[in-house]
Formats: sequence, C-alpha cells, structure tokens
Amino acid sequence: MQGFSGLSLFSVLLLMALGLAIIFGQMGVVNLAHGEFMALGAYVVYLCSEVVHAHFPALVPFYFIIAIFLAFCAAGLVGLFVEWSMIRFLYRRPLDTLLATWGLSLIMQQTFRSVFGAREVTPQPPEWLMGSFKPTDSIDIPINGVFVMALTLCLTAGVWLFMYRSRTGLHMRATVQNRTMSGAVGINTKMVDRFTFCLGCGIAGVAGAAFTTIGSTGPDSGSRYIVDTFLVVVFGGTTSLLGTIASAFGIAQGQSIAGFFLEGTMGKVAILSAIIVVLMIRPKGLFASKVRS
Amino acid sequence: MGGKSGLINLAILAALLLLVLPLSLDIFRLNLVGKYLTFAFVAMGLVLLWGKAGVLSLGQGIFFGLGGYCMAMFLKLEASDPVSTKIQSTPGIPDFMDWNQLTHLPAFWIPFRSLPFTLFAVVALPALVALVVGYAMFKRRVGGVYFAVITQALALLLSLGIDGNQGLTGGRNGITDLRTLLGWDIRTKSAQYILYFITCIFLMLLILAGQWMLSGKMGKLLDAMREREDRVRFSGYDVSAMKVFIFCLAAALSGIGGALFVLQVGFISPSLVGIVPSIEMVIFVAVGGRGSLYGAIYGALLVNTAKSLFSESFPQLWLFFMGGLFIAVVMLFPDGLAGVYDLGKRKAGSLLEKFRDRPRRPPEITPLIGSVCEQEKS
Repeated sequence: MQGFSGLSLFSVLLLMALGLAIIFGQMGVVNLAHGEFMALGAYVVYLCSEVVHAHFPALVPFYFIIAIFLAFCAAGLVGLFVEWSMIRFLYRRPLDTLLATWGLSLIMQQTFRSVFGAREVTPQPPEWLMGSFKPTDSIDIPINGVFVMALTLCLTAGVWLFMYRSRTGLHMRATVQNRTMSGAVGINTKMVDRFTFCLGCGIAGVAGAAFTTIGSTGPDSGSRYIVDTFLVVVFGGTTSLLGTIASAFGIAQGQSIAGFFLEGTMGKVAILSAIIVVLMIRPKGLFASKVRS
Repeated sequence: MGGKSGLINLAILAALLLLVLPLSLDIFRLNLVGKYLTFAFVAMGLVLLWGKAGVLSLGQGIFFGLGGYCMAMFLKLEASDPVSTKIQSTPGIPDFMDWNQLTHLPAFWIPFRSLPFTLFAVVALPALVALVVGYAMFKRRVGGVYFAVITQALALLLSLGIDGNQGLTGGRNGITDLRTLLGWDIRTKSAQYILYFITCIFLMLLILAGQWMLSGKMGKLLDAMREREDRVRFSGYDVSAMKVFIFCLAAALSGIGGALFVLQVGFISPSLVGIVPSIEMVIFVAVGGRGSLYGAIYGALLVNTAKSLFSESFPQLWLFFMGGLFIAVVMLFPDGLAGVYDLGKRKAGSLLEKFRDRPRRPPEITPLIGSVCEQEKS
C-alpha cells in the first residue's frame, strides 16, 4: 500500500515538474508562478464542471476530457501573454525573473481569491472516475489515482516524443544549447522561447486539471507545491528529462516511506534535508549533463 | 558612498529615526516602526549579499528566525521560573513543553539560561549555519538561481521542522508570552521606547561599519567580483571565500535583527522563518535599491508601512499591490528608490548648473578597463 501511495505521489510530482522541467530546465527561467498556472488549470476544470452540470447534463460523463484540453489552452494562453509582456525582457537577468514571477504569483493568487472566493472548491468528477477497483479482497486501488497515473504516463511520453523526435523540439534543444549558433542557422530563437514558455505553462494547466480528481483547489494551492516542484527539477539535474522522472520517483518513494515511519511533517523534513544534503554534494543534480556553459 | 554625502545621509536618517518619528507617533506606531527596523537589519545583509556580492538568498528568514529563537528561548526560560509555573505538572519548564508531556528541559535549551551565551548565539548561530551552507555551495561555485532555490528550500525545511516539533520549539504558535529581560519588564511603554532607540542605534552603528567596509578594498573587490567574477579569481583572489564571508555577515546581521524583533514584539513563530517572509525581505531591498545600505532601510520602512496601511483599510488590494510592486521594481526601477534618488540628484545638479550659467564640467574620463568591460558584456 505504501508503494502505491508512493506511486501516486510520484505521478503528482512528475506532473508538476514536467512543465517546470521545460521552463526552468530548458530555458533557465525561474517561474515562481508555476504553481499558480496549475491552480489556473484546476479552476478551469471547476468552471467547466459547474457549467456542464448546470446547462448540459447530458455531457457530464465526457466533460472532463474537454476540460483538461481547455485547462491546457487557458494556462498556455496566459503563459503566452506573460512571456510577451514580462519574461522576454528578463531573459538575461534570471534572479530578477524570479522576483517578477513571484509578484505575478501574488497577483494571480489574489485574483483567484477575488473571483472564486477564499474557500477551496472541488469540481464534481464524472462517475467513471469515482470508486475503486479490487483485484483481490485486500487490495483496493482508487480509480482516480490510476487515472492520474495514466495521464502522467501519456503526458510524459508526449513531452519526450515532442522534445526528442519532433522538429520544434529539436529547435528548442538547439536554442538551449547554443542560442547564438541556433540563431545563425536560421532558428527564430525568440519564437522558440515564447513557444517553450507557453508549452510549459500549458502542461502546468493539465497538471492542475489532473489534481482536481484527487484534491480540492484553493487560491494558494499553487504556492504549496512550488518548492517541491523546483526541488524535483533541480535534484534530477535541470537539463535532463530522465533526471526529472528519476528524481520525482525517488523523492515520492522516499517521502511516502519516511511518512510511514515518522509522523506528519517530520517525514517531509527528513526528505527535504536529504535532498538538500545531496544537492550540496552534487549541486547540479543527479543527472547533470556534462556540457560546458 | 562614504565621505561627505555619506555623513549627510546618516544625519538625515538619524534625524528621521531619533527625532521625527518618536515625536510624531504614539508608542503603538513607534513600536511598529521599531519592528520594521528589525527587518532593515536583514535588508542590510541582503544589500551586501545580493547588491554587492551578486548572490541572491531567498532564505534570510532562516537567520532572522535563528536569532529570534535564540533570544526568545532565553526570555521564555526566564518567564518560566518554578514559581510562576507551579501549576504545571513539571514546574520550571516552558508551558508548551508541559502541554506536550515533556518532563525535563531538552539539552539544547540549557545553555540559553545564560544571557552572555544567548547574545553570542544570536550572532554566532546564524553565522555558523551560513558558514556551512555557504562553504558547501560557493566552494563548488554554485550561485545564482540554484543558490536561491536551495536557500528557499532550507527556509521551508526550518519552518516545517519548527512547526513539527511542538514540544521542543513551541510548534506553529511559536514562543509566546515573553515578559522580562533580567527582571526588566519589556512590555511596558518605557521599555518599548528604550528598545526602539537601542534598535536605531544598533542600526546606525552597523550601517557605519558597513560603509567603512565597502569604502575600502573589500568594496572594490566585491564590485569587481559582481561584474567579472572569473577575472577576480584569475587575479588570485579567493572569490568563494569572500562570498562565504559576506553570506555569514548577512546572516549575523539578520540574527541581530531577529533578536531585536523578539525583544520589541514579544514573540517569534515559524511564520517569520518560512518562504513568504524570506522573499518579502528581498522586496524591501529591491524597492529600496539593491546597491544601497540606506536604500534598504527606507525600503523596509516603506514597504512595511504600506503593508500595514493596506491590510488595515483594503485587505483585498494588498496582494495586488505587493505583486505589482515586485514586477514594477524589477522591470522599471532595477535600482529601486536609491536609483531614482541618484537620478533626481543628477538631474537637479545639471539643471542647477545650467541655471547658474557656469561652464559645464568636462565629461569625466571613464577608466579604460571599465569601458572595455562594458563592450565585452554587450
């Protein structure tokens, strides 16, 4: 059972970290508002759920799929706007990006609070997501957990295919490795930046949408995840997708095992200290690529 | 910095803190100002660390909290003498320990019975933590964003750790109900006045010390290091040792601020240690001007005043304001108030010269090395 809860935490962490692995890992932009993009996705699902239940009861079983897509679009569009209005001026000043995006996260939080209220909201999940299935009498696997895991797998596979098998992904990786040279061979690096940021935010939106099936959403849900998410990405080695996956897995299993032996927050404290100690010994993370910068 | 204009700046600050504010505010507000000034200590440390050495720490709350907790532990032990805690099942230990079924004082509390040790620990403990963290990171040439993320994680770690150990640290409520310092009641009005002035004097002494340090060789090296770190390293200076030193200094400053905070406000809790307060301390500096020690103090005062005013009258708008401030400062005024002030001074100066119809000064000859650096950077 501890193993399964670790797996479910793994998919959560990985979902959160995927978007950031693109924005932070590939572009080097520290987006502290990343959690708020997740919350945005979750709120989009909530809105869809409300609208569908009120006006189109016939669509209730299917709305969730559409809602995930809408969450992707909404978070991506906001990301596009943010990149255009703010981030693109700050690419050379990473520490300032960090402060500006923190400001952005405060504004987004307060916007959520003003629009949706301070209380946490939960969209009504469609029926096929509720309940659990029992392969044997003693094992009880909740379907929503399985759904989140499946979604994580698909998304990770999608991101991998996109990054390593498509032309745009090639452009993205080329821009990261050598911006000037990429520009010289005819890649429009500014557009690549904008697209990358937009994609990362969109994935954050999907992650937020997936979270609505396992927990409720409040204005500050995003900020609760943000440090964990950054640690997953840094711990894995920022430029490596495989590293992100491995570190999400390691941290999740460690946390759920530590949570079994130590009570409450102390499990998390133990894992956090372990991560920090490892990072002090290997500051570039576990799977750092050996590229000279 | 330093010299005549440094003295004028100090005189203005002294007049504001020692005359204008005490005469115009009641003790409640003055106590609030005193509280803001304790954040100015952290802000000064951040100016050295971020503005001068170019390393941003998002975990200064750790050191503020460590200094504060050291002081609070001493005061709490004094407040929990066996007579006033005789209704507890174990008299003589702090009340929250009794509630958590502890029967004796944990070992790490015992040294805090002594005031000299406590005062030493207020400075030394934050500096020691900074030494360990800084040494591990800077020796491996970790800086920039990584350093920021890891210090942020440390802040989370410490606040969670304090939160999770209620019996040892007072948990989420923190250490409250602090009364006397060596028998002197710190809750009275006269004590609050005295503590306010002590805070101001400490602040000004430290600012003088900071200016003195920056006006010497250290300041030049830090400037050089921020612009072209590798060249300073190739010239034979130990860059990482300097960074570690500045980080420890900033930590010790924050610790002093934390201790003075506890004396004036009368409590400390993990909510002053975690991620949000730590990053708020950065915005004080960003608003005041990351390169200016005075700017940091005015930034801490202004942002906190704005925070109080907004949260009293428009609690809804506070986060919008704060967020907008972050973005505006970063995008429009990267040098903060100090930058605006310098610009204003230069504009006023040139206007004045035109008005007097004096021959213009010839343009200053920029040092050759400086201009070469500029060219290479762009």
